[in-house]
Amino acid sequence: MPSAHPMVPLPCSVRRIQRETHDTFSVELSPGHEFPFVAGQFNMLYWFGVGEVAISISGDPTKPGRLTHTIRSVGSVTQGLQKLKPGDVLGVRGPFGKGWPVETAAGGDLMFVAGGVGLAPLRPAIYYVLANRKRYGRVVLLYGARTPADILYKQELERWRARFDLQVHVTVDHGTGGWQGRVGVVTSLISKPDFDPGSTTVMICGPEVMMRFTEAELEKRELPPQNIYISVERNMKCALGLCGHCQFGPTFICKDGPVFPYESLRRFLAIREV
Amino acid sequence: METLERIVAEHPFAKGLKDRDVKLMVGCASNVRFDAGETIFREGEEAKQFYLLRQGRVALEMFAAPRGPITIMTLEDGEVLGWSWLFPPYRWKFDARALELTRAIALDAECLRNKCEQDHDLGYELLKRFALMIEQRLQATRFQLLNVYA
Repeated sequence: MPSAHPMVPLPCSVRRIQRETHDTFSVELSPGHEFPFVAGQFNMLYWFGVGEVAISISGDPTKPGRLTHTIRSVGSVTQGLQKLKPGDVLGVRGPFGKGWPVETAAGGDLMFVAGGVGLAPLRPAIYYVLANRKRYGRVVLLYGARTPADILYKQELERWRARFDLQVHVTVDHGTGGWQGRVGVVTSLISKPDFDPGSTTVMICGPEVMMRFTEAELEKRELPPQNIYISVERNMKCALGLCGHCQFGPTFICKDGPVFPYESLRRFLAIREV
Repeated sequence: METLERIVAEHPFAKGLKDRDVKLMVGCASNVRFDAGETIFREGEEAKQFYLLRQGRVALEMFAAPRGPITIMTLEDGEVLGWSWLFPPYRWKFDARALELTRAIALDAECLRNKCEQDHDLGYELLKRFALMIEQRLQATRFQLLNVYA
């Protein structure tokens, strides 16, 4: 059960810290009871006395007793969160927002396209789909990172790649350190899998420019834009659509998103002033 | 047994080519294979052919002392290796090295250039395909330069 009031943080103790890359780590929290959420939703994590930050839930929605967030340390709060230890207490508000359309995508093929730390908000959707694998056709994950050292969830990717019912393609922009895998941008992977454009749902998460390039490549493969969903990040504060910090055109990312049909945001993504 | 003609016709590069164009290409084609680690060509060498990759993975590398070889990109089955054969002075701009066992169709550059000069329909078809490939790689390079994950 989430907190009783959306503005009141629920104290959750840190159960485990997992370092993912040099600047990214996952925090597993114990909410003390079930914390149901939908893949793609986010929580506001409050480090008492320092500040609050919006972080996507990166754990498994079919295991609501564990609450996992993957965090890249880029600001004062997230840099501070790096120092967390098991037993420390964080405040959690949430879950907030609309998630990935995993239910409406059932029956067709699915493609996940992730860039960098954008794999984290997609991971719950991948867990959900794998837990309900029979309900989906072909499932493909395309993942691009900056360098091999920036690849998230390496062991999990290896496990997923070993499955016969999930295609996983990983690429890096810069091949360093004896990397024997693919070198090239994530959009170059779109030509790899076979998929039926008409019945494929694509879920994209990464930097906005990467999502734009990805959509352009999908268009070349004649995938209807209405089949594309993206997750957008803005400056979320209240997470309730009240404060207006995350307003994007006519929408509030926290309340109307963070997952949107690409068609609904396409026009605004092209406006530089928004 | 698969004929060379069928192999070329089924490669994504040849998708939509007329049978006669495929036959003309096959007249310049041969089957090749490279073991893992084998150098396919080196920067500065004459670009005597290009390759339709059928299996495996190839790294395009640039040697920059003192860092050593830097992988610019990798290519896999279904992709095309090399366009320096099309443009004077017909010399490779990168090194190419097989990262794993790689099978490909090699197309003889001089043979194909001569055919394109004689048959402009074939030349136009091939140039359209190479122009698209160059456009895609230019876009990918621009995207790479943005360093979006930093």
